[in-house]
Amino acid sequence: MTYQIGQPVRVTNRAHDGHHRTPGYVKGKTGRIERVHDAFRNPETRAYGEDGLPEVALYLVSFAREDLWPGLDGQSDERIYVDLYEHWLEEAG
Amino acid sequence: MTAPTPDHDHGHDHNHEPITDAGEPPAAARARALEKLLVEKGVIRREDIRRGIDWLVSRTPGDGARLVARAWVDPEFKARLLADARAAALELGLDPGPSPVVVAVENTDAVHHMVVCTLCSCYPRALLGPPPDWYKSLAYRSRAVSDPRGVLSEFGLELEPDVELRVLDSTADIRYLVIPRRPPGTSELGEEELAALVTRDSMIGVAQPAAPAAAAA
Amino acid sequence: MERGVHDRGGVPTDAKIDRREHSLADWEVLTDAMVGALNRSGVMSIDELRRGIESMPPERYERASYYERWLYSIETILNEKGVLDTGEVDGRLVR
Repeated sequence: MTYQIGQPVRVTNRAHDGHHRTPGYVKGKTGRIERVHDAFRNPETRAYGEDGLPEVALYLVSFAREDLWPGLDGQSDERIYVDLYEHWLEEAG
Repeated sequence: MTAPTPDHDHGHDHNHEPITDAGEPPAAARARALEKLLVEKGVIRREDIRRGIDWLVSRTPGDGARLVARAWVDPEFKARLLADARAAALELGLDPGPSPVVVAVENTDAVHHMVVCTLCSCYPRALLGPPPDWYKSLAYRSRAVSDPRGVLSEFGLELEPDVELRVLDSTADIRYLVIPRRPPGTSELGEEELAALVTRDSMIGVAQPAAPAAAAA
Repeated sequence: MERGVHDRGGVPTDAKIDRREHSLADWEVLTDAMVGALNRSGVMSIDELRRGIESMPPERYERASYYERWLYSIETILNEKGVLDTGEVDGRLVR
């Protein structure tokens, strides 16, 4: 596993032509690793009949809600937790 | 048109003809026609469909509630549940589902969790039964992550301002189950009585469990 | 950045949550069970199911009920795989 619990990470900001499980609302955003899950078969290739191998590491990443939707009402301590695959994450400063 | 076969049994009387009954959408007839086609072509077997139907209709939030109630009375079980919910479910003789992975998260005085699947409807069905329509709705999927406290207000749940709210978006192969907080005034209750307080909505995180007086009705 | 119609997190809406519930109709349970059987027999994966749902034209996706989306996906994916021919399901419907 590349990333450690507590590490800041940025979600790659790119469109992806086809099935993928990275929601638009976190693309380009910076969050924090909360959990390191097991590795799982890649849904992006499974969705087209392939076996999804090699497995990809999966992380639970948290984001401040106010970073995702600046200006929307809500408390500043709310966090949104999203399961993201390793190839969508980059080191953040 | 094929005649009904003796082993075609969905557990109730129904016309095996692909006719849309009054009040059913066109999709109902399509589903039945599709089933007949797929079975005739040998793509899937009736027994497999029946097994799937039986499994789905057997799923109930009572299973999740048993996990929560045991966790409330037994701190060591709770630790095992938080570490590996699948193994903990099997310990109680429950079926956590063939896949995917279930992870239990705990509400405390300081933290409240709420679960959504913004991309579709991922949900711990094996332990809670099929998800309610609202969980699958476009409105919930949109607002649970952008306006969670507003959504909770609609469900009648107002969190204290000092409680940290965590919304989990089930975007991959993990299914999240919330362990709600044990209600006050329940120290005299046994495990079965406690399980009766644990509602499906409290295990999604949009409600607290029932209060003991209400459940005694 | 453009999103798929299924990618709903934070999509602006004033809609209240409709909390009415309905028990699954027989055809909905059947559709669910067909997907399970197709998955277990290796014909169509859940990932393919999702991809099929996401391929719905947006206005159709938003109008469709949950299991109507599943049905659309099963037919689309199985058609793509050559398991079903175009119009084959239509041909089975009583007119």
